[in-house]
Amino acid sequence: MHKIFMRLAYILGENPPDRAPRRSRCSNVPLMSDDRPLERMKERLSPPPLPTDDRGRARLVLDTLILHLHPARIPKRTLRWTYTWGLGGLAGMLIGILVTTGIFLEVRYTPTAPDAYLDILNLRSDVWFGDLLRNIHHWSANLLIVVAVLHLLRVFFTGAHRPPREVNWLFGVAMLLLVLAANFTGYLLPWDQLAFWAITVGTSLVSYLPLIGEPLGRLLLGGPEVGPTTLLNFYTLHISFIPLALFGLMSLHFWRVRKDGGLSLPRRAGEALEGTPERVTTIPHLVRREGIYALVWLAAIVLFSIFVSAPLEGIADPGLSPNPAKAPWYFLGIQELLLHFHPFVAAVVIPGLAVTGLVLLPFTDVDTSSVGIWFRSARGRSIALFSAGLSLLLTSAWVAADEFVIRWTDWLPNWPSILSNGVVPLAAVGLVLLALDTWVRDRLDGNAEERVLFLFVFLFVALLVLTAVGIWFRGPGMELFWPWAMPAAT
Amino acid sequence: MTEHGQAMDSEPAEGVSRRRFLTMAWTTLGAVATVEVGGVLLAYLQPRLAEGEFGGLVAAGLVDDFPPGSVTHIINGRFYVTRFPDGGFLALYQKCTHLGCAVPWDQTAGKFICPCHNSEFDDSGNVLNPPAPRPLDLFALSITDGQVMVDTGKPIARDAFDPGQVVYP
Repeated sequence: MHKIFMRLAYILGENPPDRAPRRSRCSNVPLMSDDRPLERMKERLSPPPLPTDDRGRARLVLDTLILHLHPARIPKRTLRWTYTWGLGGLAGMLIGILVTTGIFLEVRYTPTAPDAYLDILNLRSDVWFGDLLRNIHHWSANLLIVVAVLHLLRVFFTGAHRPPREVNWLFGVAMLLLVLAANFTGYLLPWDQLAFWAITVGTSLVSYLPLIGEPLGRLLLGGPEVGPTTLLNFYTLHISFIPLALFGLMSLHFWRVRKDGGLSLPRRAGEALEGTPERVTTIPHLVRREGIYALVWLAAIVLFSIFVSAPLEGIADPGLSPNPAKAPWYFLGIQELLLHFHPFVAAVVIPGLAVTGLVLLPFTDVDTSSVGIWFRSARGRSIALFSAGLSLLLTSAWVAADEFVIRWTDWLPNWPSILSNGVVPLAAVGLVLLALDTWVRDRLDGNAEERVLFLFVFLFVALLVLTAVGIWFRGPGMELFWPWAMPAAT
Repeated sequence: MTEHGQAMDSEPAEGVSRRRFLTMAWTTLGAVATVEVGGVLLAYLQPRLAEGEFGGLVAAGLVDDFPPGSVTHIINGRFYVTRFPDGGFLALYQKCTHLGCAVPWDQTAGKFICPCHNSEFDDSGNVLNPPAPRPLDLFALSITDGQVMVDTGKPIARDAFDPGQVVYP
């Protein structure tokens, strides 16, 4: 008993009273002459002897497992609620929910057409709590995208993506892409009209990749169109490859957090950090907060899923596209771009540039003096706010202008559409961005990190606006409508 | 080369040492094995041929079923048969060349209007309104014994409508 407490105290970082010299890993006695080799092996393989009371026993197991993910002690500052918002942990918890509910959904699902759709109908009507499990899975998956993006924003806005944490940022970007892939492949599985046409539109984007697009699309779909083979391909990716890759990256991500010295230290603008930050033990300070946070979210998700059902439309009909046919909501920003640019530019060039930008972000400004301060400084906060407002205005104006005024293909009638509807508008947008950047540099006297901040916020808000337009303002024929005057889909 | 290696076999005056040769051999074999495994898996994942998936050769109907100046949807073949006023036939794949939606024929407007991104095509498949980058794909159409037969095995991509594409009975 005493030994256990000493061991715990040691883990938690307290000074153990008169700790006996540690037994060497390799015994001094040579192995050959050991008369109890089996007992010794057993001792090493088994966990330490347990405390006698139940509470202590449960606590020990929990403590050691959690201490695998967290350091024993953490700087007290990083507990500040308004710094992390608990987003990374929440993303991890959502993945846990998704794996758990996903395994249960698997035993009531057949990845063939049309059985897949009938299974979902069964899930809703005949299986006890089938609808609830499906709803929890669906809403957690959608929430995961939001949470992952917010987590990315938090890290960028507090400068925590900069060295030495740049590698972990890259793992994070890779995981974001995997989360999108997981959502996209899962979207097809109900095999309803919504799924079928969203995946048709989404996978057609692949065919615009130069050279490899056509064969890659065929490989992905298992044929010229979305069909039974596509369903099996996506199912396999969804339940094996993507979760496995995600699990590996999550492990690396958590490991890097510890290796990079824990979270970046939050501070207010102008506040200097003392030499050694005050530390507190992970248990109970961090673990208790995480537990409460997780329980609140779990309750919210379950409650939401009880009352709001995941959408399900009629069975997939390859001969009839619904009007409007929309991609999943998280790709509607890209679909909106398709209305304004040649598909190669909208679906390949711009997303490619965006991902490249995210990858390069930790290397654009490596000045680490503002790490831990929201928006770099008080000035940075104003610049970010200004950029967001400007982007909101300019992007909405551009969407409206492109709908009613701008006619690139009419103005440049004899040009191939990749130029008149692709390169030329892209160059125009690029020029506007360049002008804005120059303006921030010269008029606002912005330094490197403020210019990066300005551009990042501008482009991110532009993506938000495009996504919102795609979700709420596009109706039949993909024409613009006010959300309150939206005609019914057919 | 490690110190140990140098001690073991000194570098010969010319040619490659045994150690270096073995390293190169291993590396080459490893690369070959990787390519092989990659090739095997890629071949394994190739879609089984889709020929005949939606019927292969589809009988669309008798010549007289299609009045001149009409567009008829053959649903199970996933294509349209256009019969021009001069009696010529054309089989158009229903898949929009923009993003793959099924394009419905709008009888009152007299054109195909894609519900996904508002691309428009005329009855010969020509693009009337972008964003579609090229006309609707064709299927090979033949007329035997008054039957209109359409081979749905392979869509034929084209840059523009050409009168040579029209088949006459």
